[in-house]
Amino acid sequence: MLLEYFQMVDRVVALDGERITVESRVPDASPVFEGHFPGYPIVPGVLLVETMAQTAGWLLLHIAGMERMPFLSKVTQAKFRGFVGPGAPLLVTATRTHDGSGYAVAEASIESEGKRIADAEITYRILPFPAEELRAAMTATARRIGLPGHG
Amino acid sequence: MTSPVFDKIADIIAENSEVKREAITPDAHVINDLGIDSLDFLDIVFAIDKAFGIKVPVEQWTGEVNAGKAPAEQYFVMGNLAQRIEELVAAKAAKA
Repeated sequence: MLLEYFQMVDRVVALDGERITVESRVPDASPVFEGHFPGYPIVPGVLLVETMAQTAGWLLLHIAGMERMPFLSKVTQAKFRGFVGPGAPLLVTATRTHDGSGYAVAEASIESEGKRIADAEITYRILPFPAEELRAAMTATARRIGLPGHG
Repeated sequence: MTSPVFDKIADIIAENSEVKREAITPDAHVINDLGIDSLDFLDIVFAIDKAFGIKVPVEQWTGEVNAGKAPAEQYFVMGNLAQRIEELVAAKAAKA
């Protein structure tokens, strides 16, 4: 996990049909923690949302055979139930709950050491890749995180 | 007199946008007349999908309109939209 590069997913643990589980470890140090917060470093809620959005995003990319890119369009019911700080292990799960025409909806949650940290419902527009460079980057990342079928 | 499907869709639009329910008439164009933006339209389609247990083929419709194969009114004027939804619901029932 590299917060300042929005690299939120370390490794895909399981992917089964409509559900994905990934793991990540919050880095021991990051410039993010210098501001959030001095003397009490915790991962900002907005980055927990990003972590859930990327996790479900990888599921949707996999379902689309890396042919179409999910773009975040809506976050609802986001709840932050606990704090996580440097070094915390995260287990993130996401399930596609609706397969629409050109869009999809997923529910995602984050746990750390058995404790629920956050959850949200996330909607994506699913569009053709707008740039070949983006597709190449996503494919390389899919390989790095061990997305099944791309490693 | 409007159909139950029309009324349901109109209710969904009123719930998921700032459009007043009484402004949603059969001849109103969803985007040009009602001014629904793309994110609200996404919410509306999601709600229609769920309410009727169907998958509104918006991408196909948009593709046909953009390719000049169908006029936008065929899908995006309220009366016609309700009719398309009724057809999708009937097609689903026929498959079941």
